[in-house]
Amino acid sequence: MMRIEVDADLCQGHAMCELEAPGVFSVPRKGKVTVLDPAPPESERAAVEAAVRYCPTQALKLLAD
Amino acid sequence: MSLLEPRLVSGGGDGGHLEELRRDPIALMRRVRAECGDVGRFDLAGRPVILLSGSEANEFFFRAPDEDLDQAGAYPFMTPIFGAGVVFDAPPERRREALHNQALRGDMMRGHAQTIADEVDRMVSGWAAAGQIDLLDWFAELTIYTSSACLIGRKFRSQLDQRFAALYHDLERGTDALAYVDPYAPIDSFRRRDQARAGLVELVTEIMAGRAAAPPPDRDGRDLLDVLISLRNPDGTATFSPDEVTGMFISMMFAGHHTSSGTAAWTLIELLRHPAVLAGVVAELDQLYSGGAEISFQALREIPRLEAAIKEALRLHPPLILLLRAATTDQQVQGYRIPAGALVGASPAISNRIAADFPDPDAFAPQRYAEPRQEDLANRWTWIPFGAGRHRCVGANFAMIQLKAIFSVLLRDWTFELAQPPGSYRNDHSKMVVQLAQPCAVRYRRREPAAAEAIA
Repeated sequence: MMRIEVDADLCQGHAMCELEAPGVFSVPRKGKVTVLDPAPPESERAAVEAAVRYCPTQALKLLAD
Repeated sequence: MSLLEPRLVSGGGDGGHLEELRRDPIALMRRVRAECGDVGRFDLAGRPVILLSGSEANEFFFRAPDEDLDQAGAYPFMTPIFGAGVVFDAPPERRREALHNQALRGDMMRGHAQTIADEVDRMVSGWAAAGQIDLLDWFAELTIYTSSACLIGRKFRSQLDQRFAALYHDLERGTDALAYVDPYAPIDSFRRRDQARAGLVELVTEIMAGRAAAPPPDRDGRDLLDVLISLRNPDGTATFSPDEVTGMFISMMFAGHHTSSGTAAWTLIELLRHPAVLAGVVAELDQLYSGGAEISFQALREIPRLEAAIKEALRLHPPLILLLRAATTDQQVQGYRIPAGALVGASPAISNRIAADFPDPDAFAPQRYAEPRQEDLANRWTWIPFGAGRHRCVGANFAMIQLKAIFSVLLRDWTFELAQPPGSYRNDHSKMVVQLAQPCAVRYRRREPAAAEAIA
Protein backbone atom coordinates (compact mmCIF):
# COMPACT_ATOMS: atom_id res chain seq x y z
CA MET A 1 0.00 0.00 0.00
CA MET A 2 1.12 3.56 -0.67
CA ARG A 3 1.48 6.12 2.05
CA ILE A 4 2.19 9.79 1.43
CA GLU A 5 4.27 11.94 3.73
CA VAL A 6 4.36 15.74 3.51
CA ASP A 7 7.22 17.84 4.85
CA ALA A 8 5.23 20.95 5.74
CA ASP A 9 8.41 22.96 6.32
CA LEU A 10 9.18 22.66 2.66
CA CYS A 11 5.78 23.02 0.94
CA GLN A 12 5.48 26.45 -0.69
CA GLY A 13 2.12 25.86 -2.36
CA HIS A 14 3.25 25.59 -5.98
CA ALA A 15 0.44 23.08 -6.60
CA MET A 16 2.35 20.90 -9.04
CA CYS A 17 1.08 17.86 -7.09
CA GLU A 18 -2.52 18.93 -7.55
CA LEU A 19 -1.91 19.13 -11.27
CA GLU A 20 -0.42 15.63 -11.41
CA ALA A 21 -2.81 13.93 -8.99
CA PRO A 22 -5.92 16.06 -8.40
CA GLY A 23 -7.66 13.18 -6.66
CA VAL A 24 -4.99 12.99 -3.99
CA PHE A 25 -3.70 16.53 -3.42
CA SER A 26 -5.40 19.87 -3.04
CA VAL A 27 -3.62 23.21 -2.74
CA PRO A 28 -5.48 26.44 -1.95
CA ARG A 29 -4.55 29.62 -3.83
CA LYS A 30 -2.53 30.81 -0.87
CA GLY A 31 -1.43 28.03 1.40
CA LYS A 32 0.06 24.61 1.74
CA VAL A 33 -0.93 21.24 0.38
CA THR A 34 -3.71 19.12 1.85
CA VAL A 35 -3.50 15.40 1.22
CA LEU A 36 -7.06 14.36 0.38
CA ASP A 37 -6.23 10.68 0.48
CA PRO A 38 -3.14 9.74 2.52
CA ALA A 39 -3.37 6.09 1.46
CA PRO A 40 -4.55 6.23 -2.13
CA PRO A 41 -5.45 3.20 -4.23
CA GLU A 42 -2.89 1.53 -6.49
CA SER A 43 -4.58 3.07 -9.54
CA GLU A 44 -3.22 6.45 -8.43
CA ARG A 45 0.40 5.26 -8.19
CA ALA A 46 1.68 6.74 -11.47
CA ALA A 47 0.03 10.08 -10.74
CA VAL A 48 1.37 10.20 -7.17
CA GLU A 49 4.89 9.29 -8.32
CA ALA A 50 4.74 12.14 -10.83
CA ALA A 51 3.55 14.50 -8.09
CA VAL A 52 6.48 13.49 -5.89
CA ARG A 53 8.94 13.90 -8.74
CA TYR A 54 7.71 17.29 -9.92
CA CYS A 55 7.29 18.93 -6.52
CA PRO A 56 9.61 21.93 -6.88
CA THR A 57 10.61 21.86 -3.22
CA GLN A 58 10.70 18.05 -2.82
CA ALA A 59 8.20 18.26 0.01
CA LEU A 60 6.47 14.95 -0.79
CA LYS A 61 7.57 11.42 -0.06
CA LEU A 62 6.00 8.18 -1.12
CA LEU A 63 6.38 5.43 1.46
CA ALA A 64 5.71 1.79 0.77
CA ASP A 65 4.71 -0.57 3.55
CA MET B 1 26.61 23.91 26.70
CA SER B 2 28.38 26.94 25.37
CA LEU B 3 28.51 27.48 21.65
CA LEU B 4 31.72 27.54 19.65
CA GLU B 5 32.68 30.39 17.35
CA PRO B 6 33.09 29.25 13.74
CA ARG B 7 36.78 29.26 12.92
CA LEU B 8 38.11 31.98 10.61
CA VAL B 9 39.75 30.72 7.42
CA SER B 10 43.36 31.66 6.67
CA GLY B 11 44.32 34.45 4.29
CA GLY B 12 42.62 37.81 3.90
CA GLY B 13 43.96 41.32 4.10
CA ASP B 14 42.44 44.78 3.92
CA GLY B 15 38.74 44.11 3.36
CA GLY B 16 39.12 40.60 4.78
CA HIS B 17 38.57 37.98 2.07
CA LEU B 18 36.71 40.29 -0.31
CA GLU B 19 39.57 40.43 -2.82
CA GLU B 20 39.90 36.65 -2.87
CA LEU B 21 36.13 36.29 -3.27
CA ARG B 22 36.37 38.56 -6.33
CA ARG B 23 39.34 36.68 -7.75
CA ASP B 24 38.95 32.98 -6.91
CA PRO B 25 35.85 32.28 -4.79
CA ILE B 26 36.03 28.51 -5.22
CA ALA B 27 39.57 28.32 -3.82
CA LEU B 28 38.45 30.44 -0.86
CA MET B 29 35.41 28.26 -0.14
CA ARG B 30 37.37 25.02 -0.55
CA ARG B 31 39.88 26.28 1.99
CA VAL B 32 37.07 27.12 4.42
CA ARG B 33 35.87 23.51 4.33
CA ALA B 34 39.40 22.08 4.45
CA GLU B 35 40.50 24.22 7.41
CA CYS B 36 37.26 24.72 9.36
CA GLY B 37 35.01 21.77 8.46
CA ASP B 38 31.24 21.95 7.95
CA VAL B 39 30.91 25.35 9.65
CA GLY B 40 33.57 27.93 8.88
CA ARG B 41 33.91 31.64 8.47
CA PHE B 42 35.40 34.18 6.16
CA ASP B 43 35.34 37.95 6.33
CA LEU B 44 33.60 40.10 3.73
CA ALA B 45 34.90 43.62 4.31
CA GLY B 46 34.19 43.46 8.03
CA ARG B 47 31.01 41.37 7.84
CA PRO B 48 31.30 37.73 8.91
CA VAL B 49 30.13 35.10 6.44
CA ILE B 50 29.41 31.72 8.06
CA LEU B 51 29.98 29.20 5.28
CA LEU B 52 28.21 25.87 5.66
CA SER B 53 28.78 22.60 3.82
CA GLY B 54 27.85 18.97 4.27
CA SER B 55 24.45 17.40 4.75
CA GLU B 56 23.64 18.44 8.32
CA ALA B 57 24.66 22.09 8.02
CA ASN B 58 23.06 22.41 4.58
CA GLU B 59 19.77 20.97 5.88
CA PHE B 60 19.73 23.64 8.58
CA PHE B 61 20.34 26.30 5.90
CA PHE B 62 17.71 25.08 3.46
CA ARG B 63 14.99 24.45 6.06
CA ALA B 64 15.36 27.79 7.83
CA PRO B 65 12.30 30.05 7.50
CA ASP B 66 12.74 33.54 6.00
CA GLU B 67 12.18 34.96 9.47
CA ASP B 68 15.52 33.44 10.59
CA LEU B 69 17.62 33.42 7.42
CA ASP B 70 16.44 36.12 5.05
CA GLN B 71 17.34 36.65 1.40
CA ALA B 72 16.76 40.40 1.69
CA GLY B 73 20.11 42.13 2.13
CA ALA B 74 22.00 38.99 1.15
CA TYR B 75 22.32 39.91 -2.53
CA PRO B 76 23.02 43.68 -2.62
CA PHE B 77 24.44 43.35 -6.15
CA MET B 78 20.92 42.62 -7.46
CA THR B 79 19.16 45.82 -6.37
CA PRO B 80 20.70 48.12 -9.04
CA ILE B 81 19.82 45.48 -11.65
CA PHE B 82 16.18 44.83 -10.72
CA GLY B 83 15.43 48.32 -9.42
CA ALA B 84 14.27 49.42 -5.98
CA GLY B 85 11.39 47.44 -4.48
CA VAL B 86 11.74 44.40 -6.77
CA VAL B 87 12.39 40.82 -5.53
CA PHE B 88 15.24 40.84 -2.98
CA ASP B 89 14.33 44.37 -2.03
CA ALA B 90 10.76 43.29 -1.21
CA PRO B 91 9.49 41.75 2.06
CA PRO B 92 9.31 37.92 2.30
CA GLU B 93 5.52 37.81 1.97
CA ARG B 94 5.64 39.78 -1.29
CA ARG B 95 8.45 37.55 -2.56
CA ARG B 96 6.44 34.41 -1.87
CA GLU B 97 3.61 35.86 -3.98
CA ALA B 98 5.91 36.72 -6.86
CA LEU B 99 7.34 33.22 -6.94
CA HIS B 100 4.02 31.78 -7.94
CA ASN B 101 4.71 32.69 -11.51
CA GLN B 102 1.83 31.40 -13.60
CA ALA B 103 4.20 30.68 -16.49
CA LEU B 104 5.94 27.96 -14.48
CA ARG B 105 2.75 25.98 -13.86
CA GLY B 106 2.96 22.38 -14.97
CA ASP B 107 0.23 22.72 -17.58
CA MET B 108 2.24 25.39 -19.42
CA MET B 109 5.28 23.17 -19.97
CA ARG B 110 4.25 21.48 -23.19
CA GLY B 111 3.81 24.84 -24.88
CA HIS B 112 7.19 25.96 -23.53
CA ALA B 113 8.95 22.89 -24.95
CA GLN B 114 7.54 23.71 -28.40
CA THR B 115 8.49 27.38 -28.05
CA ILE B 116 12.06 26.46 -27.08
CA ALA B 117 12.44 24.00 -29.97
CA ASP B 118 11.18 26.74 -32.33
CA GLU B 119 13.71 29.23 -30.94
CA VAL B 120 16.59 26.78 -31.42
CA ASP B 121 15.39 26.16 -34.99
CA ARG B 122 15.33 29.88 -35.60
CA MET B 123 18.88 30.34 -34.26
CA VAL B 124 20.35 27.49 -36.33
CA SER B 125 18.50 28.53 -39.49
CA GLY B 126 21.30 31.02 -40.07
CA TRP B 127 24.02 28.38 -39.83
CA ALA B 128 26.05 27.18 -42.82
CA ALA B 129 26.68 23.45 -43.36
CA ALA B 130 29.66 23.83 -41.05
CA GLY B 131 31.05 26.60 -38.90
CA GLN B 132 32.02 27.75 -35.45
CA ILE B 133 30.16 29.40 -32.57
CA ASP B 134 31.15 31.01 -29.30
CA LEU B 135 29.26 29.07 -26.62
CA LEU B 136 28.76 32.03 -24.29
CA ASP B 137 27.41 34.38 -26.95
CA TRP B 138 25.30 31.74 -28.63
CA PHE B 139 23.57 30.20 -25.62
CA ALA B 140 23.17 33.57 -23.88
CA GLU B 141 21.29 34.90 -26.92
CA LEU B 142 19.21 31.74 -27.32
CA THR B 143 18.13 31.77 -23.68
CA ILE B 144 17.16 35.45 -23.87
CA TYR B 145 14.67 34.43 -26.55
CA THR B 146 13.45 31.29 -24.78
CA SER B 147 13.02 32.91 -21.38
CA SER B 148 11.32 36.02 -22.76
CA ALA B 149 9.02 33.92 -24.96
CA CYS B 150 8.06 31.46 -22.21
CA LEU B 151 7.94 33.75 -19.17
CA ILE B 152 6.63 36.98 -20.72
CA GLY B 153 5.13 35.96 -24.05
CA ARG B 154 5.95 35.09 -27.65
CA LYS B 155 4.64 38.43 -28.80
CA PHE B 156 7.13 40.31 -26.61
CA ARG B 157 9.94 37.98 -27.65
CA SER B 158 9.18 38.70 -31.34
CA GLN B 159 9.99 42.35 -30.65
CA LEU B 160 13.47 41.59 -29.27
CA ASP B 161 16.75 41.17 -31.09
CA GLN B 162 20.44 40.77 -30.35
CA ARG B 163 20.59 44.25 -28.77
CA PHE B 164 18.47 43.09 -25.84
CA ALA B 165 20.75 40.07 -25.29
CA ALA B 166 23.89 42.24 -25.37
CA LEU B 167 22.48 44.71 -22.83
CA TYR B 168 21.28 41.90 -20.62
CA HIS B 169 24.77 40.43 -20.66
CA ASP B 170 26.20 43.73 -19.38
CA LEU B 171 23.67 43.61 -16.53
CA GLU B 172 24.85 40.15 -15.53
CA ARG B 173 28.47 41.30 -15.67
CA GLY B 174 27.59 44.07 -13.20
CA THR B 175 27.58 41.65 -10.25
CA ASP B 176 31.03 42.24 -8.79
CA ALA B 177 31.19 41.23 -5.10
CA LEU B 178 32.45 44.77 -4.44
CA ALA B 179 28.70 45.49 -4.21
CA TYR B 180 28.91 44.18 -0.62
CA VAL B 181 30.88 47.36 0.13
CA ASP B 182 29.23 49.74 -2.34
CA PRO B 183 26.85 48.67 -5.13
CA TYR B 184 27.49 52.00 -6.85
CA ALA B 185 31.31 52.05 -6.53
CA PRO B 186 32.92 53.82 -9.51
CA ILE B 187 34.13 50.73 -11.38
CA ASP B 188 33.71 49.95 -15.06
CA SER B 189 31.40 46.93 -14.66
CA PHE B 190 28.95 48.93 -12.48
CA ARG B 191 28.92 51.84 -14.95
CA ARG B 192 28.21 49.46 -17.81
CA ARG B 193 25.52 47.78 -15.71
CA ASP B 194 23.71 51.09 -15.18
CA GLN B 195 24.04 52.06 -18.85
CA ALA B 196 22.72 48.63 -19.85
CA ARG B 197 19.68 48.97 -17.60
CA ALA B 198 18.94 52.40 -19.06
CA GLY B 199 19.33 50.88 -22.54
CA LEU B 200 16.83 48.13 -21.71
CA VAL B 201 14.34 50.69 -20.36
CA GLU B 202 14.71 52.52 -23.68
CA LEU B 203 13.98 49.36 -25.70
CA VAL B 204 10.96 48.52 -23.53
CA THR B 205 9.72 52.13 -23.76
CA GLU B 206 9.79 51.87 -27.58
CA ILE B 207 7.94 48.56 -27.52
CA MET B 208 5.33 49.98 -25.11
CA ALA B 209 4.83 53.03 -27.33
CA GLY B 210 4.25 50.74 -30.30
CA ARG B 211 1.70 48.71 -28.33
CA ALA B 212 -0.13 51.83 -27.21
CA ALA B 213 -0.37 53.01 -30.82
CA ALA B 214 -1.85 49.68 -31.95
CA PRO B 215 -3.65 48.03 -29.02
CA PRO B 216 -4.54 44.34 -29.39
CA PRO B 217 -8.07 43.86 -30.79
CA ASP B 218 -9.18 41.31 -28.19
CA ARG B 219 -8.15 39.64 -24.95
CA ASP B 220 -6.74 36.55 -26.68
CA GLY B 221 -4.03 38.47 -28.51
CA ARG B 222 -2.66 40.00 -25.32
CA ASP B 223 0.60 39.08 -23.65
CA LEU B 224 1.82 40.06 -20.19
CA LEU B 225 3.09 43.41 -21.49
CA ASP B 226 -0.34 44.32 -22.91
CA VAL B 227 -1.89 43.47 -19.56
CA LEU B 228 0.62 45.62 -17.66
CA ILE B 229 0.08 48.53 -20.06
CA SER B 230 -3.69 48.29 -19.61
CA LEU B 231 -3.53 48.66 -15.83
CA ARG B 232 -4.56 52.15 -14.65
CA ASN B 233 -4.57 54.02 -11.37
CA PRO B 234 -7.92 55.49 -10.21
CA ASP B 235 -6.84 58.86 -11.68
CA GLY B 236 -6.34 57.29 -15.11
CA THR B 237 -2.54 57.34 -15.18
CA ALA B 238 -0.59 54.17 -15.98
CA THR B 239 0.02 51.92 -12.96
CA PHE B 240 3.51 50.90 -14.12
CA SER B 241 6.12 53.10 -15.76
CA PRO B 242 8.43 51.68 -18.46
CA ASP B 243 11.16 51.64 -15.80
CA GLU B 244 9.05 49.48 -13.49
CA VAL B 245 7.93 47.16 -16.29
CA THR B 246 11.56 46.72 -17.36
CA GLY B 247 12.54 45.92 -13.77
CA MET B 248 9.83 43.27 -13.55
CA PHE B 249 10.90 41.69 -16.83
CA ILE B 250 14.58 41.75 -15.89
CA SER B 251 13.77 40.02 -12.61
CA MET B 252 11.44 37.44 -14.21
CA MET B 253 14.14 36.46 -16.68
CA PHE B 254 17.16 36.71 -14.41
CA ALA B 255 17.07 33.45 -12.47
CA GLY B 256 16.50 31.37 -15.59
CA HIS B 257 18.84 33.09 -18.00
CA HIS B 258 22.55 32.80 -17.19
CA THR B 259 21.82 29.56 -15.34
CA SER B 260 20.25 27.78 -18.34
CA SER B 261 22.73 29.34 -20.73
CA GLY B 262 25.74 28.17 -18.74
CA THR B 263 24.31 24.71 -18.13
CA ALA B 264 23.57 24.19 -21.83
CA ALA B 265 27.14 25.20 -22.68
CA TRP B 266 28.72 22.99 -20.00
CA THR B 267 26.55 20.01 -20.95
CA LEU B 268 27.80 20.32 -24.53
CA ILE B 269 31.44 20.78 -23.44
CA GLU B 270 31.32 17.74 -21.15
CA LEU B 271 29.64 15.60 -23.81
CA LEU B 272 32.36 16.58 -26.28
CA ARG B 273 35.04 15.80 -23.70
CA HIS B 274 33.47 12.34 -23.24
CA PRO B 275 32.73 10.90 -26.69
CA ALA B 276 31.39 7.58 -25.40
CA VAL B 277 28.77 9.37 -23.30
CA LEU B 278 27.92 11.62 -26.26
CA ALA B 279 27.48 8.60 -28.55
CA GLY B 280 25.11 7.06 -26.01
CA VAL B 281 23.04 10.25 -25.77
CA VAL B 282 22.85 10.68 -29.56
CA ALA B 283 21.75 7.05 -29.97
CA GLU B 284 19.14 7.53 -27.26
CA LEU B 285 17.71 10.63 -28.96
CA ASP B 286 17.75 9.03 -32.42
CA GLN B 287 15.84 6.08 -31.01
CA LEU B 288 13.27 8.25 -29.23
CA TYR B 289 12.62 10.47 -32.22
CA SER B 290 12.84 7.78 -34.90
CA GLY B 291 9.13 7.09 -34.48
CA GLY B 292 8.32 10.73 -35.23
CA ALA B 293 7.71 11.87 -31.65
CA GLU B 294 7.29 15.63 -31.21
CA ILE B 295 9.85 17.45 -29.08
CA SER B 296 6.98 19.11 -27.21
CA PHE B 297 5.91 15.63 -26.13
CA GLN B 298 9.27 14.00 -25.55
CA ALA B 299 10.99 16.84 -23.68
CA LEU B 300 8.41 16.44 -20.89
CA ARG B 301 9.25 12.76 -20.53
CA GLU B 302 12.29 10.84 -19.40
CA ILE B 303 15.41 10.92 -21.56
CA PRO B 304 17.61 9.12 -19.03
CA ARG B 305 21.08 9.37 -20.59
CA LEU B 306 20.68 13.00 -21.60
CA GLU B 307 19.22 13.88 -18.18
CA ALA B 308 22.11 12.16 -16.40
CA ALA B 309 24.62 14.13 -18.51
CA ILE B 310 22.81 17.40 -17.70
CA LYS B 311 22.71 16.56 -13.98
CA GLU B 312 26.42 15.79 -14.01
CA ALA B 313 27.22 19.05 -15.82
CA LEU B 314 25.13 20.82 -13.16
CA ARG B 315 26.94 19.07 -10.32
CA LEU B 316 30.41 19.92 -11.62
CA HIS B 317 29.57 23.41 -12.90
CA PRO B 318 26.67 24.73 -10.81
CA PRO B 319 25.56 28.09 -12.19
CA LEU B 320 25.27 29.55 -8.69
CA ILE B 321 28.31 28.80 -6.57
CA LEU B 322 27.32 30.60 -3.36
CA LEU B 323 23.81 30.94 -1.93
CA LEU B 324 23.47 33.55 0.79
CA ARG B 325 21.08 34.63 3.54
CA ALA B 326 21.28 37.20 6.29
CA ALA B 327 20.78 35.89 9.84
CA THR B 328 18.07 38.06 11.40
CA THR B 329 18.37 36.41 14.83
CA ASP B 330 21.05 34.45 16.73
CA GLN B 331 21.19 30.90 15.39
CA GLN B 332 23.16 27.75 16.06
CA VAL B 333 24.22 24.83 13.93
CA GLN B 334 26.33 21.80 14.88
CA GLY B 335 27.34 23.49 18.11
CA TYR B 336 28.50 26.69 16.45
CA ARG B 337 27.07 30.14 16.99
CA ILE B 338 25.74 32.23 14.12
CA PRO B 339 25.28 35.80 15.35
CA ALA B 340 22.38 37.98 14.17
CA GLY B 341 23.61 40.19 11.35
CA ALA B 342 26.03 37.64 9.89
CA LEU B 343 25.70 36.43 6.35
CA VAL B 344 25.21 32.67 6.08
CA GLY B 345 26.23 30.79 2.95
CA ALA B 346 25.84 27.38 1.37
CA SER B 347 27.92 26.50 -1.65
CA PRO B 348 26.80 24.21 -4.47
CA ALA B 349 30.35 24.34 -5.86
CA ILE B 350 31.71 22.84 -2.64
CA SER B 351 28.91 20.52 -1.48
CA ASN B 352 28.40 19.00 -4.96
CA ARG B 353 31.96 17.65 -4.79
CA ILE B 354 32.07 16.13 -1.30
CA ALA B 355 33.91 12.86 -1.87
CA ALA B 356 31.97 10.94 0.79
CA ASP B 357 28.72 11.63 -1.07
CA PHE B 358 30.02 11.63 -4.66
CA PRO B 359 32.79 9.07 -5.17
CA ASP B 360 35.49 10.33 -7.54
CA PRO B 361 33.94 13.79 -7.14
CA ASP B 362 35.83 15.63 -9.89
CA ALA B 363 35.03 13.05 -12.57
CA PHE B 364 32.21 13.49 -15.09
CA ALA B 365 30.33 10.28 -14.38
CA PRO B 366 26.67 10.36 -15.46
CA GLN B 367 26.28 6.72 -14.37
CA ARG B 368 26.07 7.97 -10.77
CA TYR B 369 22.42 8.90 -11.42
CA ALA B 370 21.36 5.42 -12.54
CA GLU B 371 19.68 3.06 -10.09
CA PRO B 372 20.60 2.06 -7.50
CA ARG B 373 23.15 4.86 -6.92
CA GLN B 374 20.89 7.81 -7.75
CA GLU B 375 23.34 10.14 -6.07
CA ASP B 376 21.15 13.20 -6.65
CA LEU B 377 18.25 11.71 -4.68
CA ALA B 378 20.45 9.97 -2.12
CA ASN B 379 22.14 13.28 -1.23
CA ARG B 380 19.22 15.68 -1.09
CA TRP B 381 21.09 18.24 1.04
CA THR B 382 24.45 18.07 -0.77
CA TRP B 383 23.45 17.51 -4.43
CA ILE B 384 22.33 21.12 -4.65
CA PRO B 385 22.71 22.63 -8.15
CA PHE B 386 19.11 23.84 -7.72
CA GLY B 387 19.48 24.59 -4.04
CA ALA B 388 17.14 22.60 -1.78
CA GLY B 389 14.34 22.96 0.72
CA ARG B 390 12.10 25.99 0.97
CA HIS B 391 13.80 28.00 -1.72
CA ARG B 392 14.69 25.20 -4.08
CA CYS B 393 14.69 26.59 -7.61
CA VAL B 394 11.05 26.93 -8.74
CA GLY B 395 12.21 26.70 -12.32
CA ALA B 396 14.10 23.39 -11.97
CA ASN B 397 11.47 21.46 -13.91
CA PHE B 398 11.29 24.15 -16.60
CA ALA B 399 15.09 24.16 -16.83
CA MET B 400 15.31 20.42 -17.41
CA ILE B 401 12.58 20.57 -20.05
CA GLN B 402 14.36 23.47 -21.73
CA LEU B 403 17.71 21.67 -21.79
CA LYS B 404 16.12 18.48 -23.10
CA ALA B 405 14.38 20.42 -25.87
CA ILE B 406 17.58 22.29 -26.83
CA PHE B 407 19.67 19.13 -27.13
CA SER B 408 16.88 17.24 -28.86
CA VAL B 409 17.12 19.75 -31.72
CA LEU B 410 20.87 20.34 -31.72
CA LEU B 411 21.99 16.71 -31.57
CA ARG B 412 19.33 15.56 -34.05
CA ASP B 413 20.55 17.82 -36.84
CA TRP B 414 24.17 18.66 -35.99
CA THR B 415 27.47 17.20 -34.84
CA PHE B 416 29.87 19.23 -32.72
CA GLU B 417 33.55 19.21 -31.86
CA LEU B 418 35.72 21.21 -29.50
CA ALA B 419 37.61 24.02 -31.24
CA GLN B 420 40.09 24.42 -28.35
CA PRO B 421 42.05 22.09 -26.06
CA PRO B 422 39.49 20.29 -23.81
CA GLY B 423 41.02 21.70 -20.63
CA SER B 424 40.85 25.31 -21.83
CA TYR B 425 37.09 25.71 -21.19
CA ARG B 426 36.54 27.32 -17.80
CA ASN B 427 34.24 29.64 -15.91
CA ASP B 428 34.95 33.29 -15.17
CA HIS B 429 34.43 33.66 -11.41
CA SER B 430 35.25 37.36 -11.17
CA LYS B 431 31.54 38.21 -10.87
CA MET B 432 28.83 36.77 -8.63
CA VAL B 433 26.99 35.75 -11.80
CA VAL B 434 29.28 33.04 -13.15
CA GLN B 435 29.72 32.88 -16.93
CA LEU B 436 31.91 30.91 -19.30
CA ALA B 437 35.26 32.59 -19.87
CA GLN B 438 35.91 33.46 -23.50
CA PRO B 439 37.20 32.15 -25.83
CA CYS B 440 34.88 29.11 -25.65
CA ALA B 441 34.41 28.03 -29.24
CA VAL B 442 33.02 24.82 -30.70
CA ARG B 443 32.65 23.78 -34.34
CA TYR B 444 29.41 22.45 -35.79
CA ARG B 445 28.61 20.44 -38.88
CA ARG B 446 25.26 19.40 -40.30
CA ARG B 447 24.57 15.70 -39.80
CA GLU B 448 24.30 13.58 -42.92
CA PRO B 449 20.76 12.22 -43.12
CA ALA B 450 22.13 8.77 -43.93
CA ALA B 451 24.27 8.78 -40.80
CA ALA B 452 21.28 9.72 -38.70
CA GLU B 453 19.33 6.81 -40.09
CA ALA B 454 22.18 4.37 -39.65
CA ILE B 455 22.40 5.15 -35.95
CA ALA B 456 18.65 4.91 -35.49
